[in-house]
Amino acid sequence: MENRDDLIVNDSYASMVNHSEEEGKAIRKKVWFVTILLSVITTVEVAMGIILSNKDASYWDFVKWSFIILTVVKAFYIVMEFMHLGHENKTLRRLIIIPYVFFIIYMIFLIIMEGFKVGAGYN
Amino acid sequence: MAEHVGNVDTATAWGGGVSPFRVTYGKMMMWFFLVSDALTFGGFLVALGFAKASADSWPVAEEVFFHFPMTHANLPLIYVALMTFILIVSSVTMVLAVEAGHRMDQKGVQKWLGWTVVGGAIFLLSQAWEWGTFIAGPDGILSTWADNATLTNNPYNIANPDDLRYTNFFFFVTGFHGFHVFTGVVINLLVFLQVRKGVYQARGHYEMVEKVGLYWHFVDLVWVFVFTFFYLV
Repeated sequence: MENRDDLIVNDSYASMVNHSEEEGKAIRKKVWFVTILLSVITTVEVAMGIILSNKDASYWDFVKWSFIILTVVKAFYIVMEFMHLGHENKTLRRLIIIPYVFFIIYMIFLIIMEGFKVGAGYN
Repeated sequence: MAEHVGNVDTATAWGGGVSPFRVTYGKMMMWFFLVSDALTFGGFLVALGFAKASADSWPVAEEVFFHFPMTHANLPLIYVALMTFILIVSSVTMVLAVEAGHRMDQKGVQKWLGWTVVGGAIFLLSQAWEWGTFIAGPDGILSTWADNATLTNNPYNIANPDDLRYTNFFFFVTGFHGFHVFTGVVINLLVFLQVRKGVYQARGHYEMVEKVGLYWHFVDLVWVFVFTFFYLV
């Protein structure tokens, strides 16, 4: 019984992450950096959405891809810093990220391609 | 218990009793749950992408979401941006609660987790206002049900009013996310009460705050994608 990880009595892994006052200071500094970064990116996105017209086909594709890249940057910081995945065990990190990213890219590719074909067929 | 803290020795690793990821069972399972939930939301957003790619016309977000409470000014996307900002800030207060927990600072956890609950509640109220405004439709009158935006009526797509996908995706995507926020607020509130009672202080660690924190950050993460793919792209 005492070797089971799902019992609350075995909380040695949970206590491992406790840290000192000085380490806490460094972590909080990083948190404020990420906060400012996320706020700035969101502001830039909204400004782009308001100022640039999506009816102008000459640059809208570029704007669209900028939105997607900025969103991925935001997601990276939320997952790696806020959710602390960047500081977890390497195996756990890969186990979570690699299958998800693989599946989602595959799904996006298949279904968006299909969407354009279906749209072309209808119209 | 001490043997769990040390490095995994390959000679004894097969004897059991160690986590291959050096995390507790609860935290690992929270991550597995979040991966499956992320696939659900991924499915929703990819379906939205299919609808947008195959539709011959799709309403422009700046022309739908330009309202702001207590003003008639034309402020495209500003309210949604404010909602995004509120959720990011509540995510930040959650990180600070987790960090305070790692220093066994009960008062700190209580303060930051309390603000997280407040932030989540403000987001939910904002979303209620957003839904009310969206349902009222372009004429802005909620009581005239026939020309409101519903699952069976899409007043925003003027070129092709029979295409109901715009309103349907709005209600399903933001509704599913909003229900996650609601769940998160309830769970955060329960954990807040436990923190106040000193349950985790007595236990010697605040991992429960960390676990609900993961869920709360995930809700923020999903909103980042909803914001981009529903409102921006």
